[in-house]
Amino acid sequence: MQLDQLYQEIILDHYKHPHGRGLRDADDPGDQVAEAHHVNPTCGDEVTVRVATDGDVLHDISYDGMGCSISQASASVLHELLRGQRAGEAFAVHEAFVELMSGRGQVTPDEDVLGDGVAFAGVARYPARVKCALLPWMAFKDAAARAGVGVSPEVKA
Amino acid sequence: MTSIAIPAGMPQFDDVPRYDVATVRADFPILDREVNGHRLVYLDSANTSHKPRQVLDVLGEHYARHNANVSRSVHTLGTEATEAYEGARAKIAAFINAPSVDEVVFTKNSTEAINIVAYAFSNASLRVDADPRFRLGPGDEVVISEMEHHSNIVPWQLLCERTGATLRWFGVTDNGRLDESNLDDLITERTKIVSLVHMSNILGTVNATSRITQRVRAVGALLLLDCSQSVPHMPMDVVDYDADFIVFTGHKMCGPTGIGVLWGRTELLAAMPPVFGGGSMIETVTMARSTFAAPPARFEAGTPPIAEAVALGAAVDYLSGIGMRAIQWHEKELTAYALDALATVPGLRIFGPTVPVGRGGTISFALGDIHPHDVGQVLDSLGVQVRVGHHCARPVCTRFGVPATTRASFYLYTTTGEIDALVDGLEQARKVFN
Repeated sequence: MQLDQLYQEIILDHYKHPHGRGLRDADDPGDQVAEAHHVNPTCGDEVTVRVATDGDVLHDISYDGMGCSISQASASVLHELLRGQRAGEAFAVHEAFVELMSGRGQVTPDEDVLGDGVAFAGVARYPARVKCALLPWMAFKDAAARAGVGVSPEVKA
Repeated sequence: MTSIAIPAGMPQFDDVPRYDVATVRADFPILDREVNGHRLVYLDSANTSHKPRQVLDVLGEHYARHNANVSRSVHTLGTEATEAYEGARAKIAAFINAPSVDEVVFTKNSTEAINIVAYAFSNASLRVDADPRFRLGPGDEVVISEMEHHSNIVPWQLLCERTGATLRWFGVTDNGRLDESNLDDLITERTKIVSLVHMSNILGTVNATSRITQRVRAVGALLLLDCSQSVPHMPMDVVDYDADFIVFTGHKMCGPTGIGVLWGRTELLAAMPPVFGGGSMIETVTMARSTFAAPPARFEAGTPPIAEAVALGAAVDYLSGIGMRAIQWHEKELTAYALDALATVPGLRIFGPTVPVGRGGTISFALGDIHPHDVGQVLDSLGVQVRVGHHCARPVCTRFGVPATTRASFYLYTTTGEIDALVDGLEQARKVFN
């Protein structure tokens, strides 16, 4: 029962069938492209997130990595949610996701903002796994900053 | 059906000392608790062991009845505390057959013990009048292995950075054994110290040390054995092993956290400069300079973890009461059982020896492509506590091409029923992720 809260069907689905996996070059040669590689030193999970943007729209968010179902599904969801968004909208989603993960299970997620990301609500109850879920999101933040688009608030988790 | 009889006069199977596991389990209050609605199945003793009532009682009793600082008070409580603290040192010395009680230095843990030796080298290297065995510089070499815990890698990396010495290491074979094929090339006249794990915390391998000791003696180097995983599980005799230093930690051997041991030969400890300066470690102090106490006090600056040391003495009494041979045999039987049981799990790959010979009761494995975090989470939901990750031995994971492993580790209170629970849990993990 507890386990079902953590491993929601949506998470397992993203894990087994990841969306947009693999690092890609930008379609538009005019785009700024930057990436960030983050690791979780306690478990060895790692992810590389690459952002291609014209400074306004995030044309592509591609990624690669290895790790547990939570971290890899989270990268897939991030790709789904943020690719093609304008930077401001993307950071609003980013902020909502970070807030959800920092909420120790007390935050009710807004499905309109977070889409499949709401499935991670259960993860927030497992402090040892919050870092797994946040790993690609933190890498995204760094990659976006390197590609010249703004940053969202710091994580408090 | 054939049966094999051991010839009369040879040690017989039934001669092996044994004990009743249920009786031992009754000494450990925590083993009664539930986790996530299931009976606790604790398979993480290589990480830290549980503590029997006999140890917890001594810990509480010390604070309740004998609390005072040691080595500096003439009053009754101070005398009691000092006697208890020094009494614990004597128990530990006897436990590892140290020739002298003064060869047992209390530390915080194994990590601190290794760092004390490394920093003694570092400090000696700055002084021309220091014992040449501890002086390091460019051209000198320190030898470790690929199967070390980070605590036996990083202090030596840092030492080599500070002194210009070179760090070299033994490799690991595909079977998870120490690769001794280049022993003579690796340990040479340039080698000042070899610091080697006795039992790997990730592969479970117990290293046979005699060839290495022989080579170390031939070239005039020093030998440190990291016995964090061996002293809790098997008899240790520092004379028989012919090491120069061994380190181990209390919390993995039924003792409390915050207490560990550096054992060193008397004349080597005497030749080592101090590492931490402060109270208790001095002979005289003037404003310009100080002289230092003899070991072990020289390496125990400040108020030590007194109650923890006393409780570690109680842990040693407890383990000796059951018998280290009996504990070793119990774990050998468990390991054989577990290796057979794990072999029945489809897609399971063991890292390290797959036979219960030259290995202890610590088994790391991969379950198909399922990430160890996920395996550990499913097991936890069933009350089974294993460790997942790189186990502070990342080079071993790299060696075997995995980012992490799942590790089950046993101790004197582990039962075959708990290994069955692990195997059932792995089946559950396969259902969730496949």
